[in-house]
Amino acid sequence: MKSVEYRTATSAQGGLVVMAGVPGVAAGSRVQLRDHAGRIRSGQVIRTADDAVLVEVFEGTDALDLERTWVRFLDEPFRLPLSRDILGRVFDGTGRPRDGRPPVISADRRDVNGEPLNPAARAYPREFIQTGISAIDGMNSLTRGQKLPIFSGGGLPHNRVAAQIVRQARLLGEASAEFVVVFAAFGASHADARFFQESFEESGVLNKVVMFLNLADEPVIERLLTPRAALTAAEYLAFDLDAHVLVVMTDMTAYAEALREVAVLRGDVPARKGYPGYLYSDLAELYERAGRIKNRRGSITMIPVLSMPSDDITHPIPDLTGYITEGQIVLGRELANQGVFPPVTVLPSLSRLMKDGVGKDFTRDDHPHVASQLFASYARALEVRGLAAIIGAEELSDADRRTLAFADAFERRFIGQGEDEDRSIHETLDLAWELLSMLPPESLIRVSEAELAKYHKGAAT
Amino acid sequence: MGRILEINGPLVRLELPQTTIGEQVRVGRLGLVGEVIGRDGDTALAQLYEDTAGLRPGEAAEGLGWPLSVELGPGLLGAIFDGVQRPLQAVWEQSGDRIARGVAVPSLPRDVRWHFVPDPARRAGGMLKGGDVLGTVQETESIRHRILVPPRVEGELLELAPEGDYAVEEIIGRVRLADGRIDKLQLFHRWPVRTPRPFRQRDHAVAPLITGQRILDTFYPLLKGGKAAIPGPFGAGKTMLQQQIARWCNAEIVIYVGCGERGNELTDVLESMPLLTDPHTGRPLMERTLLVANTSNMPVVAREASIYVGITLAEYFRDQGYDVVMVADSTSRWAEALREVAGRLGQMPVEEGYPAYLGSRLAAFYERAGRVETLAGDHGSVTLIGAVSPPGGDFSEPVTSHTKEIIQTFWALSKELADARHYPAVDWLESFSGYVKSAAKWWAQHVDPAWESARAEALDLLAASEELQRIVNLVGVEALSGEQRWTLEAAGLIKEGLLQQSAVDAVDSFASPEKQFMLLAALLEIHRQGMKLVRLGAPARRLIQLPLLAQARRWKSQHGSDDLAALQAKRAAIPDAFEPLLQEYASTAAPSVPGEAAL
Repeated sequence: MKSVEYRTATSAQGGLVVMAGVPGVAAGSRVQLRDHAGRIRSGQVIRTADDAVLVEVFEGTDALDLERTWVRFLDEPFRLPLSRDILGRVFDGTGRPRDGRPPVISADRRDVNGEPLNPAARAYPREFIQTGISAIDGMNSLTRGQKLPIFSGGGLPHNRVAAQIVRQARLLGEASAEFVVVFAAFGASHADARFFQESFEESGVLNKVVMFLNLADEPVIERLLTPRAALTAAEYLAFDLDAHVLVVMTDMTAYAEALREVAVLRGDVPARKGYPGYLYSDLAELYERAGRIKNRRGSITMIPVLSMPSDDITHPIPDLTGYITEGQIVLGRELANQGVFPPVTVLPSLSRLMKDGVGKDFTRDDHPHVASQLFASYARALEVRGLAAIIGAEELSDADRRTLAFADAFERRFIGQGEDEDRSIHETLDLAWELLSMLPPESLIRVSEAELAKYHKGAAT
Repeated sequence: MGRILEINGPLVRLELPQTTIGEQVRVGRLGLVGEVIGRDGDTALAQLYEDTAGLRPGEAAEGLGWPLSVELGPGLLGAIFDGVQRPLQAVWEQSGDRIARGVAVPSLPRDVRWHFVPDPARRAGGMLKGGDVLGTVQETESIRHRILVPPRVEGELLELAPEGDYAVEEIIGRVRLADGRIDKLQLFHRWPVRTPRPFRQRDHAVAPLITGQRILDTFYPLLKGGKAAIPGPFGAGKTMLQQQIARWCNAEIVIYVGCGERGNELTDVLESMPLLTDPHTGRPLMERTLLVANTSNMPVVAREASIYVGITLAEYFRDQGYDVVMVADSTSRWAEALREVAGRLGQMPVEEGYPAYLGSRLAAFYERAGRVETLAGDHGSVTLIGAVSPPGGDFSEPVTSHTKEIIQTFWALSKELADARHYPAVDWLESFSGYVKSAAKWWAQHVDPAWESARAEALDLLAASEELQRIVNLVGVEALSGEQRWTLEAAGLIKEGLLQQSAVDAVDSFASPEKQFMLLAALLEIHRQGMKLVRLGAPARRLIQLPLLAQARRWKSQHGSDDLAALQAKRAAIPDAFEPLLQEYASTAAPSVPGEAAL
């Protein structure tokens, strides 16, 4: 079947082509399509019966006709050739080189859809990764094998935050990052892609990075393949070559929008905001490829970047993502406008795996309590700030005024830090205590009395 | 033998005459399994439990002759199964880290021999009926597995194997049925998951399920055999709360169904359960626990099946006379799987794309909970706790609103509380329990007759403080009277000293009913003592400065459930802390410093 070209297209529109009279085509099979200009396009079978086969064309159906379109069924799923040589390379969304160098040749070609990891084979992520960013390390820490997205909005510096994490992330006790980076951009602008490329270059890690780029002006349907190709490469690096892989994917919103676009063409029943009902499962197929496996050295830590449409965290894309990922780092416009970098809004941010990766044996005994106390004190301080906005700061009690001062200092000094400032976890925790010491010890009930005695500066009276 | 006509995602159209809806089918060269969901002439529509990539029209298909069933017998406890009861540990050993398609591994291990002890009451020649106990197998240290006669079997016991070691497939007995046929009995039997297992009659639920979580047990109790829902937006701590319940509740068997959730969460349960001990029996928790895992990246049709597999396993242990808790995380993912298949079938969507039968399916599922008199005349119960994941935390969405009509206990999780790291983030205003009256009887009998009134007093205090907080948010705390300020402070004490409970703190993680009540009573005592003083004219400001208030907030994590005497002593010492102020204000009919009382 592979060698035969069929010219039996009966309809073509919106990226989908129907082929008639090709019996026995396998579901999910890859397709090569040659148009009248001799250009080769690729696609995938999404529905198959003896009398009609529905093909999704990644490059779209623009400038196709029915009469001069030849289709070849390759009889295998989409596969990515893999070898050690992918490091340092730049590919397009379907794995073709876009750096002008020859394609990767390898007998090892893997189905980009992957296969679900057996839950019994997973190892629970417990190793604390120091990112050098206090708002993350101190309060929403990342562990090796975790999937922790950055929820952002248009115009917020999520790319810079992601790049800083890539530059600084390392295990405690490691001199420098041992990570290999897989970077996937879909629907990204040329400027964004260039920003990351330059950032990797500057930090001298370019030969440890694999990039998969599908830019904003490239076929939408290819976007569905881009993260899958990138994750297939990541799995190979992590579980075949024992590397610790950091996957950065941006922007998940562009991915979900591409999925919606294709779903509408396929005629799928919409659920929320026109997104198909399987958006959750589809996102999970991607996110769940992060993790660790028992008896394997490597790991996949994932940082998807996602811009929340109109900064709305309840929009289906961030909402469903939040249900799958192990927490989220939320960037906020208010802090960004005040010039705080990184503008991490800590209260809605969360790391679900933090409880098992910090504290005694991992970072420092007091870490979990300090984090909890910072959350509680800052939440209380924001209430006071709300009150001050109504009744005026001069009407506040002394205690409340101190709380207000704490909030300001916390935002400026703890959350805010330099883009090249790499704080150790001890520096982060010491800073936390310095700030908590602005508050009276009896109001700090999330930390133990012993910890108060040891770390509280006792200055507040 | 039939063949495949069309493949569309997880749905395949088959040429397969004379098949029954619900029947299992095996299709294609890989031997993928699924179930028939529709018939049209000689064609059948089936949904497959595995990914269909690579399947082609023209490949073979066959009906297996039975509906989706589970194997029930020794070997269930401590295991982790997928959504169609494949044992994931064995699958891992056989097919590696990734779940290969078409893997066929029996649910119960065939090579393990169990020590079977026949029931002395069973003799050859005696009559047997479904649900009777043939004998027992000590499956784990704490659980004795009762070997049951399959529910629909009835007749004369011809022979029963003597005490000894048997594998699950060995014949341990024979029964002559009413029609003269002879049926063989084994240590296990199969049961179709979509059919509720029969029982003699429903019983009243009487005892509360003790979870060790104060906000649940003390404020919004659930009974053994009851139905509860935990709705909450992401990040509100749903999973943590469910894991806490699975860990500490006083059920004899816990079935944890991870339906469309994270892989790492199940790994967490798998890794942590064997290390934790059951506070009620002192045995490792894994001995009473069974996991069903269809994580979010596993095929969607098996996800739909997984909660039925879970509830059938729960009913099987109920039929042995056990109190079983099943935690389903999350019923929303199950509903979404239903929606996805309905969408592919082209069924008319009603709300948010869900099919019209969503409500009735949910109701039928929750009806499988309950306390019953079993066929053997024992008492057993299935308590169902379903997590709901409302999109955007919107409780008016279809799954949450339908669920709310069905269940009796509603533990609403709040994003605001979670953001302030108030855990468990159970919202005391949104939550409710229809079981308070029944629970009150138990608490009065087993813990303290004052439970119901203390609970009401605390809830009143919380409601009043909510009202006052609104005023404070508008005009500031200075506008409140002394009594009001004290009320606000006491409510804060209840929230921090009682409602907040740390799952990661070894002492605080579990609180016995006695500890829960003692803590509640102590904090209310502080409130009453303070109120007395405020009414005597003491300024609330001075009361708030009492060190007792900061100290009382720590009691929960200072004294474990086995250290109640110390807590009792602290409670008894409460009046002492107020004594100096009482001296000062009781002696003067009027305020000692004019005007200070007004502050």
